[in-house]
Amino acid sequence: MPSTREIRRRIRSVRNMSQITRAMEMVAASKMRRAQDRVTSGRPYAERLRDVLGDLASLQLGADEMAQFPLLQQRDVRRTALIVVTPDRGLTGALNSNILRRVTQYIRTEAGSTPPKVIAVGKKGRDFLNRTRQEVVAEFIQLGDRPSLDDIRPIVSVAVEEFLSGEVDAVHLLYPQFVNTLTQKPEVVQILPIERPEGDAGEGEDYIFEPNPKDVLNEILPRYVEVQVYQAVLETVASFYSAQMVAMRNATDNAKELVDDLDLAFNKARQAQITNEVAEISAGANAFRTD
Amino acid sequence: MAKLSMELVTGERVVYQADDVDMVVAPGSEGTLGILPNHAALISLLSAGEVRVKKGNQEDSLIVFGGFVEVLDNRVIVLADSAERAEEIDLERAVRARDAAEVSLRNESDRVSVAEADAALRRAALRLRIGERRRRNSSGAPR
Repeated sequence: MPSTREIRRRIRSVRNMSQITRAMEMVAASKMRRAQDRVTSGRPYAERLRDVLGDLASLQLGADEMAQFPLLQQRDVRRTALIVVTPDRGLTGALNSNILRRVTQYIRTEAGSTPPKVIAVGKKGRDFLNRTRQEVVAEFIQLGDRPSLDDIRPIVSVAVEEFLSGEVDAVHLLYPQFVNTLTQKPEVVQILPIERPEGDAGEGEDYIFEPNPKDVLNEILPRYVEVQVYQAVLETVASFYSAQMVAMRNATDNAKELVDDLDLAFNKARQAQITNEVAEISAGANAFRTD
Repeated sequence: MAKLSMELVTGERVVYQADDVDMVVAPGSEGTLGILPNHAALISLLSAGEVRVKKGNQEDSLIVFGGFVEVLDNRVIVLADSAERAEEIDLERAVRARDAAEVSLRNESDRVSVAEADAALRRAALRLRIGERRRRNSSGAPR
């Protein structure tokens, strides 16, 4: 049995750890709330944009007209690019390994016959992709908790360039979707070529376009890609903080349990020591007895 | 009489939302657009400028930098690249931005930096114009 001193030392160190995990839990909880708000406040733009794009679907395009919008061009997929969005930091329970497992699965089964070109957003993903020797064409790390659309544009322009130059025939986006505080689900969506959302084309609204349909569509399409990536990054931040909060809460709970167990062990050890001492004293006293 | 509903959103947030609007004036790429109730369906690109929303005898002013506007069934949706309300404009920051842009416009020779400085100067000038007018109006007698 370990000595009381050793047990006491362990109790102290576990307590210190639980104080740290508790503090981290609370920090993550408050940042999570703000990150969630940002996810929701970004949604209306994405939805409206999708609506407008849907309305534009009534615009019937012939093959030669389609050729004017390279971002819509469907090609045979020989090679793909993957944008992997992950947090920069760990201590998030299973979040990062779930994302990275999904990446592996994508590379094995969903990419074309050639391994995909990857764009890493976030340190955890970058480190993993470098370790597994993927072809990382660009990396963007430390975007922070409040990225702006301007921070996202370079990511999108790398992807668009790869697509337009014909290096890749499709671009996918992988990120931890924020479902709720307890659930984050790694999601893969195609961002290029743009799949036009279904509009209620039946109504056939006759829009007036200024300056003309082509210019309007050319402006809207890149923004649609941008906003999808932007939302993914926001969801990643929200996922990160909620996963971290939950992981730290579990750690704190475990530490408390451990302290309780150690307290019990400590009391037992102390009791044993006292019993021992009493036994020794009475044994000593017995030795001097002369009757 | 029919009214408009008006919404101005950016990728980051909903900047402005109002119902029962009488008129929206927006800086279309081909010229200023005045949108009244029962306007035909329209999608137009926007240039940088001021969006004004008239509601009764109240008028709100917003500043947008690019984007586009959709009008459909008395709903006006402005999807701006970036936008702020006139009352959010930080005049001191705009003055600093203008001065910095003027300095780099004089000193830079590289084409990209000149274009950037020029764009920054335009943004700052627009902010100052709208922000200062707002300040004059709110400090002076109400119209």
